[in-house]
Amino acid sequence: MLTHIAFWVLAVAAVLAGAAVFWVNSMARASYALAVSFIAVGVQVLLLQQNYIGVVTILMMVMEMAVMAVYMVMFMGMNPALMPMSMVHDKRHARAVAIGVFVALAAGALLVPWPARRGAPADDVTAALGEELMGPKMLVMAAVGVVMAVTIVAGVVLAAHRSRYDRFGDDLRRRPANDPQPGGVGR
Amino acid sequence: MTLPTVLLVAAALFSVGLYGALSQQVVVMVMMGLELMLNGLILAAAGFWWFLAPDPSGQVLLLVIIAAMTVEMAMGFAVATLLHRIRRADMTDMAADLSG
Amino acid sequence: MSDSAITTVSAGWATVAAGLLGLLAIAAAMLDGVLRTRAAGARSLGLSVPVGEVARLLRQRRRTTVAADRLLWRIGGAGLLVMALMIITVVPLDRWTLVDLDVGVVWFNAMDVLAWAFVWLTGWGANSAHSLVGGYRFLAHGLGYELPLMFALVAPAVAASSLNVGAVAAAQDDLWFVVWMPVAFLAYCLGAVAIAVWGPFSPALGADIAGGVTAELSGVDRLLFVGGRYAVLAAGAAFAVPMFLGGGAGPLLPGWAWVLVKTAAVLGVFVWLRRRLPAVRPDLFMEFGWVVLLPAVLVQDLIVAVIAVGSG
Repeated sequence: MLTHIAFWVLAVAAVLAGAAVFWVNSMARASYALAVSFIAVGVQVLLLQQNYIGVVTILMMVMEMAVMAVYMVMFMGMNPALMPMSMVHDKRHARAVAIGVFVALAAGALLVPWPARRGAPADDVTAALGEELMGPKMLVMAAVGVVMAVTIVAGVVLAAHRSRYDRFGDDLRRRPANDPQPGGVGR
Repeated sequence: MTLPTVLLVAAALFSVGLYGALSQQVVVMVMMGLELMLNGLILAAAGFWWFLAPDPSGQVLLLVIIAAMTVEMAMGFAVATLLHRIRRADMTDMAADLSG
Repeated sequence: MSDSAITTVSAGWATVAAGLLGLLAIAAAMLDGVLRTRAAGARSLGLSVPVGEVARLLRQRRRTTVAADRLLWRIGGAGLLVMALMIITVVPLDRWTLVDLDVGVVWFNAMDVLAWAFVWLTGWGANSAHSLVGGYRFLAHGLGYELPLMFALVAPAVAASSLNVGAVAAAQDDLWFVVWMPVAFLAYCLGAVAIAVWGPFSPALGADIAGGVTAELSGVDRLLFVGGRYAVLAAGAAFAVPMFLGGGAGPLLPGWAWVLVKTAAVLGVFVWLRRRLPAVRPDLFMEFGWVVLLPAVLVQDLIVAVIAVGSG
């Protein structure tokens, strides 16, 4: 019973916070509304007995939203004075599409005859996940690892505006490097 | 808390995110919409896992969704930074060169 | 002590846990008061410094700023205290724990990143340039300390082959983890100090930016934020005990007393270090964190993993 109440409270919180992202006037509020939505979903995942995934969702999303808020402020340059911002295009069609998608998905959720549950969860779900990742699903883990590494490199390449020639000079011989921002390790 | 209700909530999150991703003009806000859609996806995958087939491989799918989300964020931020530096643009409409 | 030795106590005991955390935080504040008084060369002992400060803040009129984002400001200010309470829910007091979460180590991590949100929100909410600069300084520190902290927590979890905090404590019957994973312990301590915006990580509250995040905080808000910092520091010290310092293991005294003694000792060192370590500049620390700290902790993880595989 308690689980059901918690689930519905969290569900309402998640959806309302999600809607608030596009409704509030402040960038900080929008970012952290999304964080609240993620936390609510993370706790719901906890209710669905996937402790590791749920906690990791909360962990990652709070961090991401802290960074997100910084980017919002950086790229949308407004003060926290709750300036009204309406930066939308084609609102009507977007709303129509969103409602249409929701109706379709909801109809699917309610009308499809879902099969009965197959199998039972492992005693230790987290350990089972770990063994799955390090055993039969090793390929997934390997692929995700490589993709993450590539993402880091690609992200830095895209975002950095200075190449090594800016740092070390045209012949790459300048030492120490010419950095606008000194580093902490002897530079 | 049954599978249809979990999916209903997930669908609501997905649709709200879709609305945001379609209607927002600022790149970072579009990313927020995408994140919200993935948020719904996480919930739906967790629901499917718990109510249909609670074996470990389903959890792997959730992990992949979360990984996809981080990649989306990282690349989104990088592209937004690049776009802003080169064009002083923060709107998707200002970067529509490839639209047909 | 085996896993089954951990008993989950009823929710009513949460008040006791909160009380213990409060006592530790007050003790830390008193120690800091004593150290401050001694550093200032005053005659009195300085035990009453926190009492006077609390009294002053309680009757101080609340300062308001133009167009402040009150909601976020208040959430940020009160958040650190909540965060500390959430952390200690998974810290076992020898045999008793409030929540016997199977992923307790990850739970600590999820709670400690909340500091990013709360400290930044406190800086943001006031709509003041100085406090916002403080918030950004904290995030810059965060980019440096967070990953080493996460990977530092991996080491004990790998050695105990469990993410359950009680199981990690139980795995140290032979040898405390601090002995054979000192790098991880140091990185953890650095992180624990950092989430409390303490000592070397206090530039976010620096005097050069008029108090940074706390620049516009006053009255009860300031009390909550400052008290929250002490509480987070105490919670960080308390979490180090089951992770690295053998939990309740020790001679003579009962286990719960050892947990408290060890927590108080770690907390005392944290407080003492405040005046012993230089502040780390966010811009310089970022590179240090990524180039020195992170590889060192990763090597530590590798060594621990090899040993765990070899002995397992």
